[in-house]
Amino acid sequence: MAQNIVIVNTGCANISSVKFAVERLGVKVEVSDKLDIIKSADKVFLPGVGSANAAMASIEQKQLIKTIQGLTQPVLGICLGMQLMVEKSAESLTGSTPCLNLIPGEVKRMQVGDLRLPHMGWNTVTPVDETSLFKGIPTGTYFYFVHSFAVDISEFTLASCQYGMNFSAALHKDNFFGVQFHPERSSDAGAQLLKNFIEL
Amino acid sequence: MLARRIIPCLDVKDGKVVKGVKFRNHEIIGDIVPLAQRYAEEGADELVFYDITASSDQRVVDKSWVTRIAQVIDIPFCVAGGIKTVEQAGYILEMGADKISVNSPALADPELITRLHDTYGQQCVVVGIDSYYNEETGVYQVHQYTGDESRTQVTTWQTADWVKEVQQRGAGEIVLNCMNQDGVRQGYDIAQLAAIRKACKVPLIASGGAGELVHFKDVFEQADVDGALAASVFHKGIIPIQDLKAYLRAQKIAIRD
Repeated sequence: MAQNIVIVNTGCANISSVKFAVERLGVKVEVSDKLDIIKSADKVFLPGVGSANAAMASIEQKQLIKTIQGLTQPVLGICLGMQLMVEKSAESLTGSTPCLNLIPGEVKRMQVGDLRLPHMGWNTVTPVDETSLFKGIPTGTYFYFVHSFAVDISEFTLASCQYGMNFSAALHKDNFFGVQFHPERSSDAGAQLLKNFIEL
Repeated sequence: MLARRIIPCLDVKDGKVVKGVKFRNHEIIGDIVPLAQRYAEEGADELVFYDITASSDQRVVDKSWVTRIAQVIDIPFCVAGGIKTVEQAGYILEMGADKISVNSPALADPELITRLHDTYGQQCVVVGIDSYYNEETGVYQVHQYTGDESRTQVTTWQTADWVKEVQQRGAGEIVLNCMNQDGVRQGYDIAQLAAIRKACKVPLIASGGAGELVHFKDVFEQADVDGALAASVFHKGIIPIQDLKAYLRAQKIAIRD
């Protein structure tokens, strides 16, 4: 069954790598910021790198906020894309950036003691269970992270990670999924996760 | 636990991978894409592509190979060399690179680091530093335009001061290339890296000097660097990446499976 997969063109820089990663699975994918194309997709990717305030400004300017909030098909936020899915982010010029409010939670600057920030590199992830997005991905699997802000553990945490603190490596509520790491840059494990999402 | 990274560096010149000794006498190693693919399959944690001619030749270099890399590689990669403007960096990031690294142009215009940070975020801004230990003065000094021997010059920056400056301006990672060790495979400059580590609150990558398995163990254990970059030992097959990672795991160093 050929699916209609769309990557929301958030105006951020990692769109090509997400597109190429999906294409490596042998799946066709379209990058778009058009409301009707996003609405009619079977699966939607919400990528993002950079800062929350800049990304939200770009999404707002493209008038995509209501469209994304109204999606009922599976949506996967990646890295900053995941962070945009919660209520608000402390990554802001004004103290707090309102986000898409799809999943309860807030983005805070990581408190990691003497450890280095950004949290950059391959770290192990602990899924809540090995179903849905993490089917066939056991505890201790390495994924590639690059971030300085994170979402605390909550009932919506689908996988956790540890770096000076425990934080949400993945979030899930209803049709909305988000991963803090970069599956498009996480080798075989990342490809498995993307495949799982597309097969949801 | 966050793994220490093994990072093959591919020096690129005219679309080919090359390697010189102490930045000189470059010999062709092979084509970019198959080499990059091989390293990814062998377990490299990240790749750095360093266009060694770009910064010193003052010409616009064809970077279309970045897209070809991004299409086939499923690990992060960084592109270095000749990036002088925010627009050039954006072009490379759009083609699929995860990070861009600036070196000589950042020395010429430190504000470039700030602009890159403000435009694309700290996570993709790497600053490469070529540091040379002057035995006469006992000082580590930053060199510029090291890609071209005839233009290489000593800057007024001492390495530790430049490391602090680039962090304040928003660097997300620092690659410290210890020039005295480069290409001679006698081990990383542990003393310098350990000293810089104390001043470096962002990830620090060691570069220059890897020749044996134990050099990687030493630099992780004694200099506490986040990643170790090497070129010739990988290109020439002196150290297979799988063997290196198995060895480091046996030494109880956190390494990705």
